[in-house]
Amino acid sequence: MIELSPLRWGRPYESLETIDVSHFATGEPIAKIGTVNGGIVTRDLRQADKAREVLRQFSIDDLIERAGRAAELFESATLAVGSGAQSPDDFVLQQSASTGLPEHMCRSNMQKNAFVLKNMRQILDALTRGLDLNILSRGYGKESRDVIVSFQAQAGALGAVLPNNSPGVHTLWMPVVPLQIGLALKPGSQEPWTAYRITAAFAEAGIPPECISLYPGGHDVGQAILGGCQRSMIFGSLQTVAQYAGNPKVQVHGPGFSKIFLGDDCVDRWPDFLDVMVESILSNGGRSCINASNVFASRHTREIAEALAERLGPVEPLPPNDPQAALAAFTTPGMGAAVWKMLESDLNEAGVEHLTESYGPRLVEHERYAFLRPMIVHADSPDRGIVSKEFMFPFASVVACPQAEMIKRSGYTLVGTAITENEHWIQQLADATSIDRLNVGPIPTNRLNWLQPHEGNLIDFLFRSRALQVAAPHPALANV
Amino acid sequence: MTTMTDQDLQARVQAAREKLDQHTFEIVQWHFHESTGCPFWLEKKKSLNFDPLRDIRTYEDLQKFPTFEDEWLRGGPVERWRPKAFADRPTFVFETGGTTGVPKSRVVVEDHRIDYELFSDTLPDQYFPRNSNWLMLGPSGPRRLRLAVEHLCQYRGGICFCIDLDPRWVIKLIKKGWMEHLEAYKQHCIDQAITILTAGHSIKCMFATPKLLDSLCLALEERGLTLKELGVTGIFSGGTEFTPQWTRYCVEELLGGPPEESGIYMTPTYGNTLMGLACSKPISAAEKYKISYYAPQPRAVTEVVSFEDHNQVVGFGETGRVKLTTLTKEFFVPGFLERDEGEREEPCDRYPWPGVSGVRPFHQLAESTTVGVY
Repeated sequence: MIELSPLRWGRPYESLETIDVSHFATGEPIAKIGTVNGGIVTRDLRQADKAREVLRQFSIDDLIERAGRAAELFESATLAVGSGAQSPDDFVLQQSASTGLPEHMCRSNMQKNAFVLKNMRQILDALTRGLDLNILSRGYGKESRDVIVSFQAQAGALGAVLPNNSPGVHTLWMPVVPLQIGLALKPGSQEPWTAYRITAAFAEAGIPPECISLYPGGHDVGQAILGGCQRSMIFGSLQTVAQYAGNPKVQVHGPGFSKIFLGDDCVDRWPDFLDVMVESILSNGGRSCINASNVFASRHTREIAEALAERLGPVEPLPPNDPQAALAAFTTPGMGAAVWKMLESDLNEAGVEHLTESYGPRLVEHERYAFLRPMIVHADSPDRGIVSKEFMFPFASVVACPQAEMIKRSGYTLVGTAITENEHWIQQLADATSIDRLNVGPIPTNRLNWLQPHEGNLIDFLFRSRALQVAAPHPALANV
Repeated sequence: MTTMTDQDLQARVQAAREKLDQHTFEIVQWHFHESTGCPFWLEKKKSLNFDPLRDIRTYEDLQKFPTFEDEWLRGGPVERWRPKAFADRPTFVFETGGTTGVPKSRVVVEDHRIDYELFSDTLPDQYFPRNSNWLMLGPSGPRRLRLAVEHLCQYRGGICFCIDLDPRWVIKLIKKGWMEHLEAYKQHCIDQAITILTAGHSIKCMFATPKLLDSLCLALEERGLTLKELGVTGIFSGGTEFTPQWTRYCVEELLGGPPEESGIYMTPTYGNTLMGLACSKPISAAEKYKISYYAPQPRAVTEVVSFEDHNQVVGFGETGRVKLTTLTKEFFVPGFLERDEGEREEPCDRYPWPGVSGVRPFHQLAESTTVGVY
């Protein structure tokens, strides 16, 4: 069993309180995680500017190189993590055991994280729109068009309250360190692995450990991070989103409500897009905010729902080490049953039809965990309650809705894949502020282009573009 | 081989037990005698299948009573709880709960004073100097704590400064999710405290809840001050947030080290309006900041009982639910199940009766309980 200690700006802290992490199926202990209280976090965050100071001793260029090395180490090396040595296989086994995610999905998330670290230069180039990165480091400088610009860092460290059980979100905070900004993370209670392993890989790659804090703990730790960091991100429910709406210090990542919109010009060819729909719903066990939870179309909706049910309905839970495993377990006792109970209530509404029912029971309960097998429902109108639901398993409602009303009635959409060639409608979709990421054409919702911003541009969040004038000639311009 | 020390302790444990049995007998006689008892228990006696005056002779015999339901304390007339013997005495009413609905109330004549005078005997004069002034940084209003701390201070010869703090409003803010208001209200309390502490009143001792102590120290740090620089040497605090981890953080990071280094002594306590105050053995880094509480026997008893059988005490070191019994002439509670759990502790030199450590919210109730609100 591995022991993970809180890291206070790189220094391990011997905690007197620990959380036990167990294997979701066997209950066997996997890890003991030391915790901190909110007061410790609040005090530490007063030193957040030091993290930036330490990182500014390296150029961004150098840090990008080191991040690339860290990616390789993360993916392939045995690293010193907590009290033990952790190989990539150990990492996958541990992550799968605590989260219920099949091992091949853990590997896939690992590769995704490594990809982002390896391609940091291109990602930052895209996010900064080609800005000379030294300008971010210095705070000001001259662009190629001979204009002085200034981007002022708004925080010495980014805080992040990571989700309990989602290994797929870490790519969002990884670019922060190469940007010379520290990290204060509250790792997920069931998924501490990625944060600890990346921290270990960074250290091994020569990035100073004192730029990262890892604070496992309770709700008070999350509150302390959000209260003490000038910029932080949190992952949570709609309630969390509402709580921090309009708070410029907090970037909230809530449910995605990602969707596929089938345009009237393409909908008659819907079988051509079935694979795109299936992948969008099923990938990563349906657990991500980028999984589609709706398919909107004006006609053929029942046929589409039937075809999706035929593909997804038979999918069964498989052991986590099976390369074909497509479903992740609900590892919190009672949670699978509670989700199913909510669904049963939604299915009672007139106009809602459960199409996967004939493929066997959806809820598969075991002593310590449960699975929910994929579920496809048909809704005859966007007004049905189930249309606005998103769950942590492959679930989607196929919704009958006229194309002209889709944008207005589909609500917030993190990733919207619009399968259409209608230029007028594409323009309307591009203008729709309810859609965060727009895919035009048959692109599965889960296939993200990392050169595009995700739920807000990280650069805009961390740096403020402001005016800075220098009288010429002036020494300040000497090296600009 | 049994050492002399063990034998001594065993003898003291036995003596304490005999004292508890004798005290139990006297208190039950008092509460169930027509001339001295309170209307509630005299009425309750009619529905019991035993005669308390005849059948309760030892502490063990209290198990004949049904579990005390704190719901009995809600609503009026409050006089039903006042023993007839105290009918002409000035009487306080202290409330607990009450964020929504009718709060639970307990009448008190002087129990709070007696409890805190006994507690005073446990405080080291070196860090809680006699005749020094105090700050009460905790809940005000109809709470026992505010008057009790003030009396403790006065009993030790000082004058006590207080702040306004309404915990019911704090709970409402938490339940509504108004965290910004919560932070502002906390700041309002801390501002009051800093104003008093920096106003030249020579305050050396204080009561503070863990959260407020934390906030106070951080706020002072922002102003470039510390409690030590302000002259504070003794702090008594209380609440289920008193985990070893928090205590370590408090001692090492907020106060600047153990008393011999920082000059500040902090003692955790555990209690409530029904029971009074349980004291802690001195805490230390050597014992990993373990906190063990001991009730002020024989006036109050804490037991750690099985989760399934509330009359069955668990073995030493085992986990169970905390059960309180109050045995004073003003108030009789024969076994009340607290909303906390913990481990049963061995008797010790200072307290020759069982204690409880690791106190935390009872796991079956923890999710619905709002703890550490102020």
